[in-house]
Amino acid sequence: MPSTYQLISSNVLTTTAASVTFSAIPSTYTDLVLRISAKTDRANANDGIKLLVNGSSASVYGERNVNGNGATAGSNGNANLAYGALRSGATGASTANVFSSTEVYLPNYNDATIHPFGSIQVQEDNSTTARIFATASTFNTSGAITSLTLNPETGPNFVSGSSFYLYGIKNS
Amino acid sequence: MSVAIEVNCETGVVTERPLTAEEIAANEAAAAQAAAAQHEAEVAAAAVAEAKANAEAKLAALGLTAEEIAALTK
Repeated sequence: MPSTYQLISSNVLTTTAASVTFSAIPSTYTDLVLRISAKTDRANANDGIKLLVNGSSASVYGERNVNGNGATAGSNGNANLAYGALRSGATGASTANVFSSTEVYLPNYNDATIHPFGSIQVQEDNSTTARIFATASTFNTSGAITSLTLNPETGPNFVSGSSFYLYGIKNS
Repeated sequence: MSVAIEVNCETGVVTERPLTAEEIAANEAAAAQAAAAQHEAEVAAAAVAEAKANAEAKLAALGLTAEEIAALTK
């Protein structure tokens, strides 16, 4: 049976870092999956992760999300963002040694068309008001995806121990 | 010192370099903008919550039970 879900590359931080980039992503897969366990050094609660596709910070990203924190639920949409917004991250104000989890699915990343991607972000904070976001996003530029860059939305850094894994999915 | 890490998926080589002054300035500007946007969202959410509490208090003053108010807000 062929292995259809393969680790392409990973990085576990041993120091703080302002960004992590997966470059030269091979075109040999059908879809990509990005799994992140991260925390930023922002002093206040809540931070997000910025996803830059092919290094682009042009205003070509859009999103629709639903979210909840155990007390209130919401939804919102944004267009013309300068990055893919992965929300609900743990920070320096979160419970010690607790990181938030994010998974991003990027289908058909080799297609030379506008790229949709979906993501789930969970803030694990041993708290009744920890948040979850489910987000549908688009990267409105054509061309295959060859690199993915992750930055804290506020940070400015990911803390040591944050981990980033990029997987490739094959359809056979 | 802030660093940027690049993982080359083809070669497996991991490169770590210090951020340039331009990158640091851009990150600081983006962080300030994100923090301002988050604060704005939190203020808006607090205003909605306060308005909801006020409305529920007024409904209670009119004689509605807690169950009736809850039914209205579902």
